Amino acid sequence: MSLRVDIRHRQGDFVLDAAFESAGRLTALFGPSGSGKTTLVNIIAGLIRPRQGRVEAGGRVLVDTGRRVFVPAHRRRVGYVFQDARLFPHLSVRSNLTYGRFFAPRAERTADFDAVVGMLDIGGLLDRRPASLSGGEKQRVAIGRALLASPRLILMDEPLASLDEARKAEIMPYVERLRDEAAVPIVYVSHSVPEVARLATDIAVLRQGRLAAFGPTGAILARLDLLSEEAGEGGAVLDMAVREQDRAFAMTVLRSPAGEIRVPAVNAPLGSRMRVRLRARDVMIATERPRGLSALNVLPGVIAALEPVSDNTVDVLLDCGGQAVVARITRLSTERLLLAPGQPVFAVIKTASVEAAGAAPVVGH
Amino acid sequence: MAWLALSPDEWVAVRLSLKVAAWATVASLPLGIAVAWLLARREFWGKSLLNGIVHLPLVLPPVVTGYLLLLAFGRRGPAGAFLAEHFGIVFSFRWTGAALACAVMAFPLLVRAIRLSIEAVDRRLEAAAGTLGASSFMVFLTVTLPLALPGVIAGMILCFAKAMGEFGATITFVSNIPGETQTLPSAIYTFTQVPGGELGALRLTLVSIVISLGALIVSEEVARRASRRVAAA
Repeated sequence: MSLRVDIRHRQGDFVLDAAFESAGRLTALFGPSGSGKTTLVNIIAGLIRPRQGRVEAGGRVLVDTGRRVFVPAHRRRVGYVFQDARLFPHLSVRSNLTYGRFFAPRAERTADFDAVVGMLDIGGLLDRRPASLSGGEKQRVAIGRALLASPRLILMDEPLASLDEARKAEIMPYVERLRDEAAVPIVYVSHSVPEVARLATDIAVLRQGRLAAFGPTGAILARLDLLSEEAGEGGAVLDMAVREQDRAFAMTVLRSPAGEIRVPAVNAPLGSRMRVRLRARDVMIATERPRGLSALNVLPGVIAALEPVSDNTVDVLLDCGGQAVVARITRLSTERLLLAPGQPVFAVIKTASVEAAGAAPVVGH
Repeated sequence: MAWLALSPDEWVAVRLSLKVAAWATVASLPLGIAVAWLLARREFWGKSLLNGIVHLPLVLPPVVTGYLLLLAFGRRGPAGAFLAEHFGIVFSFRWTGAALACAVMAFPLLVRAIRLSIEAVDRRLEAAAGTLGASSFMVFLTVTLPLALPGVIAGMILCFAKAMGEFGATITFVSNIPGETQTLPSAIYTFTQVPGGELGALRLTLVSIVISLGALIVSEEVARRASRRVAAA
């Protein structure tokens, strides 16, 4: 199923002008606040009527201003998970979950109550009221409520933004299961690089209402110019496989075409796929294979490009066995080491800097 | 304390008042909710006019309202003649007319309370219900109305209390016929106009106070329970 968006919309001084087509399982709309992400999602959901444009999901036209088509929100079969959960306070968790099911056409009630409740671990909450739930529990119920309406598309508008780090870590695995197990494509709004790096299959980058870039997650995150506002949060995403569990030192050894790296122990079976994010500011560059160094991970590669970021920093894009790795270093270092495109170098990464949360299991792909 | 015991005629006035006020409240509720929803949630041409008409009985002299009702719903009035001919509903000099007068006089209070509580319902919840497949009518029925319930109850009690006390429009429209249109205020007024009626007036005044106070206490309790049930998530 694919999502096609081609929208021009004006709201006061703000102009949204974006067009992309995604067939990904989880398409992230990424950008700083005020970039138009939520407006775009509300247009897809039918909560905002665009001035001009077209939205098509799975071959079904939801809006086409040229042909005067506008499917109202309640007929779109789009599951919307809001940032603030928006559970109905007068209904129990169970009634909240089954609310959308009631309105879905009988033949299309494909979502299985027990399966969804099991997937989200909310079986113990069914008889409670939303007011008594924690933030993370509310968000899980909100996800379940959207799923049980048997939607054809799921929209998630910064579902983790109002949660603290611990709650985020609690929800993320459920979003991953949703992405990998449910056959419903997801549009996920976020301004957080770690979230997008871990969850997205495709990324649409929005800047001040315009589409700055669109593509697969790896390709977009390697383009640091898109993420410069995130101050070194950007970097490469490597798809890797678990090669070995080093229990003596509580580490996991991962393998990819770029080479092997060691990360803090991740509980995953051998051979399973992982996604690792290497932040550019955590990657060092050496012109010879370093010796007598505490950092454990050394990946050989070739400089593909040098991109100045500011007066004193430069992003070095490396090709490591076909995978992109980015290092953010000082301009002084690039001149002292006489770095130039085509030059073979080594990327050095401290194991301790690779976030366990960034090492998310990837099923299939 | 024997002077406290109500005479049979006084009982008739009390029962009639309760019947008239209850009918006025129940019968005007659907229209009241619809008008409150229109005023709270929709933009349309003539909205301020509708708002003005709804609130008119609040600012007009009750006698004027009663006289207008007499002109419209009297036996020869256009609305009165139509209803009598096609539906067999007669208002003039009947208790039904008293209920109509009370309903019209109390309508602004009913609409105002419900409108405020609908406006207080989080529209984001309504949008959420829409994305889950509920049409705007179903959104109203399953989300807006239950969440506005404390306000609806408050409006009904206000309406009931106002109807219990309505005097000017009722006496102008349907007169002061014992057993048919003589409600509590009319009966009290009648007692004050005859010699030796002081005790009767005092007894009915006490009854009035008890009923009104009881209504207020019940409404507080019901609204408190309802708002606890819909406490913000």
